[in-house]
Amino acid sequence: MLHRYPKRVAVIMLVLLAIVAIFPLWGPALFGDQSDFILEKLTLMVILALFAMSLDLLVGIVGLVSLGHALFFGLGAYTLALASPDFDAASLWWMLPLVMLVAAVAALVVGLLVIRTKGIFFIMTTLAFGQMLFYLISTAPFAGGTDGVFIMFRPTLTAGETMLLDLDNPQTFFYFCLGMLVAGFLFLRWLTRSYFGQVLDGIHDNERRMQALGYATGGYKLVAFVIAGVLAAIAGMLAAMQYGFANPAQLGWHTSGEVLMMLILGGMGTIFGPILGAFAYEILLYVYEHLTVHWPILMGLTIIAAVLVLPRGIAGLIIAPPWARRKPKAVEEEEGVAAHLHPATIPHKEG
Amino acid sequence: MDLAFFGVQLLNGLQYGLLLFLIASGLTLIFGIMGIINLAHGAMYMIGAYLVWDLTLRLGNFWLAILIAIPIAVALGLVIERLFLDTLYKRDHLYQVLLTFGLILVINEAQRIIWGGDVHSVAIPAPFDASLQLTDNLQYSVYRLFVMGVCLALAGIIYWVIRHTRLGIIIRAGAVNRDMVEGLGINVRTLFTLIFSVGVALTAFAGMIAAPLTSITPGMGDSILITCFVVVVIGGIGSIKGAFWGAILIGMAETFGSVLIPSIASMVIYLIMAAVLLVKPRGLFA
Amino acid sequence: MKNLKKTALATVLGTVTLMSASAAMADNHPVKVGLMLPYSGTYTALGEAITNGLKLAIEQNGGQLGGREVEYVELDSEANPSKAPQNMSRLVKGDGVDFVIGPVHSGVAMGMLRVAKQSGAITIIPNAGLEAATNQLCMPNVFRTSFSMWQNSFPMGKVAHDRGHREVVTITWDYAGGKEDVAGFKEAFEAEGGEIVEEILVPFPSTEFQSYLTQIASIAPDAVYTFFAGGGGVSFVRDYAAAGLKESIPLMGSGFLTEGNIAAMDGAGEGVLTTMHYAETLDSEENRAFVSAYEAAFEVTPDTYSVQGYDTGAMLVQALDAVGGNTEDRDALIEALASVELESPRGLMSFSDSHHPIQNVYLREIRDGKHEVVGVAAEQLEVPDDACQM
Repeated sequence: MLHRYPKRVAVIMLVLLAIVAIFPLWGPALFGDQSDFILEKLTLMVILALFAMSLDLLVGIVGLVSLGHALFFGLGAYTLALASPDFDAASLWWMLPLVMLVAAVAALVVGLLVIRTKGIFFIMTTLAFGQMLFYLISTAPFAGGTDGVFIMFRPTLTAGETMLLDLDNPQTFFYFCLGMLVAGFLFLRWLTRSYFGQVLDGIHDNERRMQALGYATGGYKLVAFVIAGVLAAIAGMLAAMQYGFANPAQLGWHTSGEVLMMLILGGMGTIFGPILGAFAYEILLYVYEHLTVHWPILMGLTIIAAVLVLPRGIAGLIIAPPWARRKPKAVEEEEGVAAHLHPATIPHKEG
Repeated sequence: MDLAFFGVQLLNGLQYGLLLFLIASGLTLIFGIMGIINLAHGAMYMIGAYLVWDLTLRLGNFWLAILIAIPIAVALGLVIERLFLDTLYKRDHLYQVLLTFGLILVINEAQRIIWGGDVHSVAIPAPFDASLQLTDNLQYSVYRLFVMGVCLALAGIIYWVIRHTRLGIIIRAGAVNRDMVEGLGINVRTLFTLIFSVGVALTAFAGMIAAPLTSITPGMGDSILITCFVVVVIGGIGSIKGAFWGAILIGMAETFGSVLIPSIASMVIYLIMAAVLLVKPRGLFA
Repeated sequence: MKNLKKTALATVLGTVTLMSASAAMADNHPVKVGLMLPYSGTYTALGEAITNGLKLAIEQNGGQLGGREVEYVELDSEANPSKAPQNMSRLVKGDGVDFVIGPVHSGVAMGMLRVAKQSGAITIIPNAGLEAATNQLCMPNVFRTSFSMWQNSFPMGKVAHDRGHREVVTITWDYAGGKEDVAGFKEAFEAEGGEIVEEILVPFPSTEFQSYLTQIASIAPDAVYTFFAGGGGVSFVRDYAAAGLKESIPLMGSGFLTEGNIAAMDGAGEGVLTTMHYAETLDSEENRAFVSAYEAAFEVTPDTYSVQGYDTGAMLVQALDAVGGNTEDRDALIEALASVELESPRGLMSFSDSHHPIQNVYLREIRDGKHEVVGVAAEQLEVPDDACQM
């Protein structure tokens, strides 16, 4: 229940982080001319990892399956696009808080409505709200319509006159995004292990019991919804910064579906799993697209297979490897985790 | 707005609403009874339309094509249920969402491989290929009236089966308490397979009879899916009655919304949904 | 399906010959042409037609550009704007292509142009008609071989007025392409003295038109001008005919209303007037030769999309011949591309200062399931692009 995992999880994640972080050292040797492009792709994966992780707080931790999470991702992108001056760069010092504020307000409003619903209603209402904003942005005269908008200048990070980070430099931007991901991870790790996180766990397992114990579960869920929304908006802002482009498709339900796929591939409810999922999804996509123009079939089958065979994702494999599972007297700690990791076996029968 | 104009729009809203009901009925049945959320529902609508187009082309007769397409749709539902859904009943909705999302990708792409990316259409079949003169310059296809009749009849049949037959009693009981029904010696598994196939067939059938009124394109089910979700949420998930009135409400709202408040026409149905949820979080007829 | 296999086979064979060729002359590496077109999803047919056309043009030049072999890198754009920048970036930085050909979809074009601006990659747009591409966003390295929404619809304004229509209702989807198209018609029609009595916007991508047709019937204008495409175009034309409006209120539209879809309209399209920069029935030597070559190669009749692909290929052939196959000197290459003049199947075609085609726009009427050319609605029309300063 405490979201503590075997040591190998930390080891694996740190090793992977190190490998990714020193990409500029080994990338050019391995990929040659393509290394700039791979760095760009890695940056994107890091951003998507943050996005997927934010959704994990809702889906994996609280047990609220949102099919409209792209709403906040797109909102972050569009806040950046619309608030940026036309002929000048914005400052990240006020842009980041603004994005967070807009997302928090939006999540609060949407949350107040959707939190009252449960299970399948929650899925459908989040989906519908996502589509609502999608149409709003697509048709609003100020938002650039279906073709999307450009962000001509990347926001800057300065102290007085001196530039702290040159975000226009792809490498710096990569490290900046990686830093945001690590910060987001540490925050969620702290959150899930805190008292607040334990209440969320309790809600996931049995909301009625928590209510009976006197917890105002609605309030807890709403706060989690807002936090997830804000984190997703930051990811959306980073994505829009990377290419200087925002488009309504970022808000569509297919984007929400994709991020759910990253979640299942990586393993939900673990916070670190979705990071692996985002990388795995993007790599698979890249490979499939190279294999055939009918790649959606391969992707669809992969997802179906993951649901049927690997419901706990890559994270599940790391926490409780198949070879370790056969021994009934494996490390107790792992057993506990594995049990928690399978909350999905608890039937959620509502509606 | 004069009276004739109002009357015609009422007819348009009713016709659209009834068709929406037919598409949404399968969705709400499958959820209400089996607890399964099926995102691939829109894809089944598309499959229905393509099947009837293909078969009409081969056989030269629309009615014959429908007759053959229905068993194919039922079989498709059967295969999907047995292959994929069987293991999902006891699992969280999330897995159902993901699995059926995967199915959408597979079905949409399979459609492209089998039938290609071109736009197709089906001619309005005899004997309904006539028109009524509604106003001095506006005609109304008799086939639309026929579709309305079929939708109403099916709504009646579904209602009757659920309310007044032994099967209906089992279905309602199964929705309330699966274990108890099983304890009574009824094979719930078979029941579920049946329900899912019927649900898929209803949607595919909606695609079939709608085919002469629409254009058959790849991905045509994706946009209808979301509208169906709204219908089902407004009516109350699992409620056939709710799906019916929800569909009529949405049909009217889209029809009149597009004419009276065009600036927010695309959002009208979502606003209605938000309003309904504010008052009744579980839908109007839950 | 047959073509697809054929193209796949051709690509494989092409790659094999290419590999042996490149081994023979190691320093004369092939020209890399990146195709960023939809090969999955709704716009697949367009992506395939453009690809076919492009390859046909280069094939007719011995499969070479400026004396060098050609290597194609095909990337599925998915018609998904949010993935456009990363896909474009993959072609430019990952695959190192010399040219990017794409896209079909205007939203994708925006995303691509963002990267084209940063990277300076030479980009040729073989379809997307968004005005901004050669106007507000114009760049020396970006060309278009297709049309702009405005170019296709503007000529119809005068046609409508000349035919005696004074009050017109416009109807289109509530999205950028539709609105730009209708704006072009409106500009010309109002300049002639006509009046737009109602501008109807239908939520995109809805194809439920009954309530709008009722509205049109109650307004009873002299004519209706419309822009829909793909399934929406088919639905609208069929519903319009089924509502009995076609007899009393003539239907006019941008060529995309019916392009590639006449067969699906089932006779409902007869008599519909459209303006477009091409018609498969154009009576010229170039067009007849193109149509027969295309039919021989792919076993289907070409449409406007095929011609746009074909002209993109022909443009590359001419420009690379002019620079002797040298893709290193970018300025010279851009200069060569800008001065291309084609005797295209669509007629004479050259490029404006904003790199937009100067071309004829034809008035077409559907007769017996074909776009018959009724006349030239605008001769060698140049798009103003007055915001473009290179």
